[in-house]
Amino acid sequence: MDGRRDMSAIPTMSLLLPAMSLWRREMVRFVRQRSRVIGALGTPFVFWLLIGSGLRNSFQGAGVARPTMDFLEYSFPGTLVLIVLFTAIFSTYSVIEDRREGFLQAVIAAPAPRMAIVLGNVMGSTTLAVIQAMLFLLLAPLSGIPLTIGSVLTLAVVLTIVGMGLSALGFLIAWPMDSTQGFHAVMNLFLIPMWLLSGAFFPASGASRWLTWVMTVNPLTYGVAAVRHALYIGRENATTAPSLTISIAVTIGFALVMIVLAGRVAAAKG
Amino acid sequence: MAAESIVEVASLTHRYGDRVALEGVTLNVDRGAIFALLGPNGSGKTTLFKILTTLLRPTSGTARVAGRDVVAERDRVRGRIGIVFQKPSLDGKLTVLENLTHQGHLYGLWGRELRRRGEEVLEQFCLTDRASDRVETLSGGLQRRVELAKGLLHKPEVLILDEPSTGLDPGARADLMAHLRELRDRHGVTSLLTTHLMDDADRCDCVGILDGGRLVTLGTPAALKTTIGKDVVTINGGNPASLAARANEKFVCKAEVVDGSVRIERERGHEFVPQLIEAFPGEIDSVTVGKPTLDDVFLRQTGHRLWMGGGT
Repeated sequence: MDGRRDMSAIPTMSLLLPAMSLWRREMVRFVRQRSRVIGALGTPFVFWLLIGSGLRNSFQGAGVARPTMDFLEYSFPGTLVLIVLFTAIFSTYSVIEDRREGFLQAVIAAPAPRMAIVLGNVMGSTTLAVIQAMLFLLLAPLSGIPLTIGSVLTLAVVLTIVGMGLSALGFLIAWPMDSTQGFHAVMNLFLIPMWLLSGAFFPASGASRWLTWVMTVNPLTYGVAAVRHALYIGRENATTAPSLTISIAVTIGFALVMIVLAGRVAAAKG
Repeated sequence: MAAESIVEVASLTHRYGDRVALEGVTLNVDRGAIFALLGPNGSGKTTLFKILTTLLRPTSGTARVAGRDVVAERDRVRGRIGIVFQKPSLDGKLTVLENLTHQGHLYGLWGRELRRRGEEVLEQFCLTDRASDRVETLSGGLQRRVELAKGLLHKPEVLILDEPSTGLDPGARADLMAHLRELRDRHGVTSLLTTHLMDDADRCDCVGILDGGRLVTLGTPAALKTTIGKDVVTINGGNPASLAARANEKFVCKAEVVDGSVRIERERGHEFVPQLIEAFPGEIDSVTVGKPTLDDVFLRQTGHRLWMGGGT
């Protein structure tokens, strides 16, 4: 049996080879499904039009560090995170489709470690999410935020970490499910409120006490704050959100915890 | 048996909650055999498939595949078996070759070695000219061939197939069996398949019959059929129950009503037919005489027909 390799002999290879393969499959599938490409390019523009123009005049700037900031500008980092949230989470739900259509059964029965499935899926979802968010970023100057090479690069890194955390969370939710309906319920009851209460939509300082508390323990608050900091990097910091260091630390911590939990869940249930 | 066992199952029991899916199943599969697990839906064959492919941990008992324990040495078993699922496991959006490449990566194959193995299996299953076709554009029979190629990519010692003939027309089913025989003869690959179809099982080297979670009998199709020995005479007519009762009285045989027909096991069945027709003039619509089939073996062992669904 010359064709077989003992994968346990090369641990890194046994994890990365299948993970990269799964990542690549996500990319190929994405490009071959035209509706998803159109959706990916169209969604940012729709978000920008809706959130930006619609709420521009009703925003009073309460609790915002710089009184001159309008809602278009305030909501920009949150919209970036929303795009990452939607794309990342909706790509993870391909897990449910893969399970239903049968593709997943062969992946599960292979000797590749379950963590490879988690990483492949999380990397795939994150890649798509970050690409989409970066496309939306091109609109930043229109909402009064000038872009620099520094801020774009920092954002790419920050959005990747946020994306990995959210993708792993999506994987965690999607893995045990066998229908997409349940996923939508979780999306509406849990993920959207999580975004609304992250400082993306309104700042914590203007909210009631219990909301402020929820926002403080919401890990996504730190993701939005990190994005906000990254967007203004090297310039006047126009936010009351947690500091850059804390935001990044919490965001990385959240991503790691989610990935580990996703690995546990994937290993526990076939 | 003198031959080396490649699958060894001992006192295997599995329960889903209170429901017993497998109870005390013990069987061995010889290296290089084509082995069929025959049974109706609910007989436990899919549970056994899942345990042997390491997807399910048994409640008790042991199973070893290719010399490794399916629970304790799960990953080593996984590397040594090829699996063909009942439900397609291909990605329709990917080409045949992309599906194979992906599978190779999951099994630790890459680079030149993976390319070489890909070419080999494509050739083996006459898929070389379809390599860059998307799987969703292929017919069901071709897709099943890709599944086989995919399962064999990493050169497994044992191929485990769950209801492989489901959804295939008779031609494709014959092809499938021919491929399994070629694998056995040329590469020494053992095949273990589950089926609820008698004629599939009939083409295998060895058959284990499962019913209600128990292994009711085991042997080569020919040996199993000789346990019946006699011919099987089946009579269709107006009132089967009365016919059976009167036949028992007159001929001292064991006539039974099975699915609305009278069924009699009897030596020299062809000589029996004229006597029957003379005894019940005008009451018999048709009489058939047949050699025993695996279905008759199944009926003898379980008391019911294979395709009526097994009790659990």
